[in-house]
Amino acid sequence: MAEPLLRVEHVSKRFGGLLAIDDVSLAVEAGRVTALIGPNGAGKTTLFSIISGFLPPGKGRILHRGTDITGLPPYLMARRGIARTFQIVQPFAGLTVHENIAVGAHLSRRSRAEALKAAAEVASAVGLANLLDRPAASLTVAGRKRLEVARALATEPELLLLDEVLAGLNPTEVAAMLPAIRALAGRGVTILMIEHVMQAVMSLAEHVFVLAEGRIVAQGSPREVVSNPQVIESYLGRGAATRLVVAGGGHG
Amino acid sequence: MRGSFYAALAFCGRMLSPIILVPAVLNGLLTGAVYALVALGLTLIYGVLHIINFAHGALFSAALFAAFFAYRLLGLDPYIAAILLTPVFFLLGYGLQRFVIGPAAHGEDRNILLVTLGLAVVIENTLLYAFRADTRTVNLDYAFNVIDIGVAFLSVPRVIAFGVALVVALVLWLILTLTDTGKAMRAVAKEKLGAELVGIDVVHIYAVTFGLGTACLAIAACLLLPTYYVNPHVGNAFVLVAFTVVVLGGMGSVTGSLLGGMFVGVVESLSGLYLGESLGQIGIFVMFILVLLFRPSGLFGERA
Amino acid sequence: MKGITVPWILTIVAALATLPLLTASNVVLNFLIVTLLIALVAQGWNVLGGYGGQYSFGHAAFFGTGAYVTAIMQMRYGVNAWAAFAVGIGGGALVGAIIGALTFRSGLRGSYFALVTLAFAEVLRILASVAPLTGAGVGILIALDLRPQAFQFQSRAPFYWIILALVGVSLVVVRMIEQSRFGAWLVAVRENEDAAKALGVNPTRVKFAAMTVSAAITAAGGAFYAQYYLFIDSGIAYGSWISVEALLAPIVGGVGTVLGPLLGALVVKALGELTKLVTGDTPGLDLVVYGGVLILIVAFAPNGITGLLTNLRGHFMRLRARALGRSDG
Repeated sequence: MAEPLLRVEHVSKRFGGLLAIDDVSLAVEAGRVTALIGPNGAGKTTLFSIISGFLPPGKGRILHRGTDITGLPPYLMARRGIARTFQIVQPFAGLTVHENIAVGAHLSRRSRAEALKAAAEVASAVGLANLLDRPAASLTVAGRKRLEVARALATEPELLLLDEVLAGLNPTEVAAMLPAIRALAGRGVTILMIEHVMQAVMSLAEHVFVLAEGRIVAQGSPREVVSNPQVIESYLGRGAATRLVVAGGGHG
Repeated sequence: MRGSFYAALAFCGRMLSPIILVPAVLNGLLTGAVYALVALGLTLIYGVLHIINFAHGALFSAALFAAFFAYRLLGLDPYIAAILLTPVFFLLGYGLQRFVIGPAAHGEDRNILLVTLGLAVVIENTLLYAFRADTRTVNLDYAFNVIDIGVAFLSVPRVIAFGVALVVALVLWLILTLTDTGKAMRAVAKEKLGAELVGIDVVHIYAVTFGLGTACLAIAACLLLPTYYVNPHVGNAFVLVAFTVVVLGGMGSVTGSLLGGMFVGVVESLSGLYLGESLGQIGIFVMFILVLLFRPSGLFGERA
Repeated sequence: MKGITVPWILTIVAALATLPLLTASNVVLNFLIVTLLIALVAQGWNVLGGYGGQYSFGHAAFFGTGAYVTAIMQMRYGVNAWAAFAVGIGGGALVGAIIGALTFRSGLRGSYFALVTLAFAEVLRILASVAPLTGAGVGILIALDLRPQAFQFQSRAPFYWIILALVGVSLVVVRMIEQSRFGAWLVAVRENEDAAKALGVNPTRVKFAAMTVSAAITAAGGAFYAQYYLFIDSGIAYGSWISVEALLAPIVGGVGTVLGPLLGALVVKALGELTKLVTGDTPGLDLVVYGGVLILIVAFAPNGITGLLTNLRGHFMRLRARALGRSDG
């Protein structure tokens, strides 16, 4: 098997008395869509922040193509091809959509004209083409989420970390976003996504990790993971898996 | 050769001798208490409103002028004038925050910076325009009284200032801990949104805090008047020192301001001793810069 | 992208260059020179504050350094005035680099940054008021030598053209920054530093570069001041007056725009003159007006004059579209 694109090795992170991440190890294969799911407060965004350089791990390493990148600052991570979106969207509010995306495009381009051109292409790819000149602050939530993705995409990443990119979207908006993400994967971008919207996880992800209380409690294909009793328990509480089986049996 | 070496040594010895050192330290502590009082206002405002009040210095100058004119025109001894001026300045501070700073800034950090700066410029230069840059002093009979505590002679007004400053700090601490308003202030300082949600009138609390901070200035001014001078720029000198105290003691910490104030007072006294008046001031600013650069949370306070 | 283009900048500068030919009044020329001087200093502040979003309250540090270095080079080391001017700019840039390296490395932002810059300027002022090198309390007088080689002229017009040229250069420099990757990164850091980091921007280095450029431009203003007035002391060079005017002009004119500082300088200086006309020469009143203007602008027109004009244009375009029966964008 080829070296995975990203490897997280025995990473732990403590905040004061709280052990937010407890000896987490996972691997992300290139070209795949991998999902990271788990109940709220499990530590998923914390893990993202560690992978993308915003937080140093307490213990453990992050390896990119075999190279140790632990503790590199975020901008160097981005330059290595690891881009992330934020769970709480962070647009450049005073700039237009076009200018927002251009900042990402500038990562590999010096010229403003080229960056703007590349930004326009990325905007088309995510369906923001007709909003290019709008101030970013005037976008709807769905628009801002697309902008998050577009900006990260403009850096031409190898690995894209999507943090709950579908949160806060209504079913129509989710349905519109899914093909866009699928298209990204189609272009060869490796995606690691934190997601609560199960529909997206089931239809997009090829491999799923489940994080609960800072620990990986299960991994596998979406189908495998969803029927795993431990996963059910971590979402619904202890004994829930058994109760579900009993209830299922009761209904025949 | 050897003679000059011994002379230099003797000089150092004299400089470091307790006879010079102890009074310098004690006087530093006394001055420091006034710094602490000025800093208390700043740290309160920062702790609750999370803004750095750039107008603090100008307001202090205004308080000094007020105390001065209370003496000149109304014949009020500064210690008596404090009783009058404290509520007046409380109201002034309350009004400024509620009707000028709050509305003008629309809540944005950068704007608050600018508005308080604008206020500082307006106040300081109004004083300059109205009263010119001449330095004024008051002549009080007791201004030069000293008490002899054996190791040093301490100026009576400064000892009084020290005592009152400690009392004020205690009173503030009591207000914060025991009264409803104080608890509301602490709630707003910790979590503004939550405080709003439980029905605390944040706008009012902000204004009260600012008022308290300004009231501290009025008291400090009255305490300082007997032994200091008045001109429109004095406030600035004091306030940069007060900033140093606040940063050193930790933004938002009452204890920190007290201890930080004394510490700064002593440092200033000692560096004034060895470096002379002007360069002594530099000692403080350099310390200020160093603290900001390397330990912005100060000795007692929250992270910058 | 939007914004004023270089050809337009050059046109404006060319138009302004004709002014000395239209008036021989020294009063008017002096007013224009001082206005352009403030515009230059303000443009320096604008690079760091307007585009970079880091509000410095101590730009006097760079102004004063430019002024003192120029004066000291000439008077104590006999350096040619023009060379001294260049060294003055370099000196200011160096001070900017040092302060930038110290403060940004520590991650200081917002109010703390403003405080620290204030402190640096004060330290320099006190040092200059006691150090023999800077003439201590007396200040430095640049010897009168009315020859072009000595950067001194019989009439005001050459001074005017020089400061106009400097302002023109600063306008072009800022426009070029606006159109460059550095500019895009700078603005991104201003808007949202974390998001910028995630897109590959190194905020510390970007802010540091902005500070150095900002300091150099402001120092040029200081150096020019020294040549024009031939006298500086610690209160003039490092005083808070210049720190205030350096930030007031861009805020009034519009932060983060190329022409903002120039427009703002014009308004601020005109207001100052107006105040003097109405109330006489008592010191302090003009600054009172400035302080009041600052508060009013922040309260009612945070984007300054440029912002108001853009808003007006937006309203006008919408009215026009409606009148022509078309639906909105």
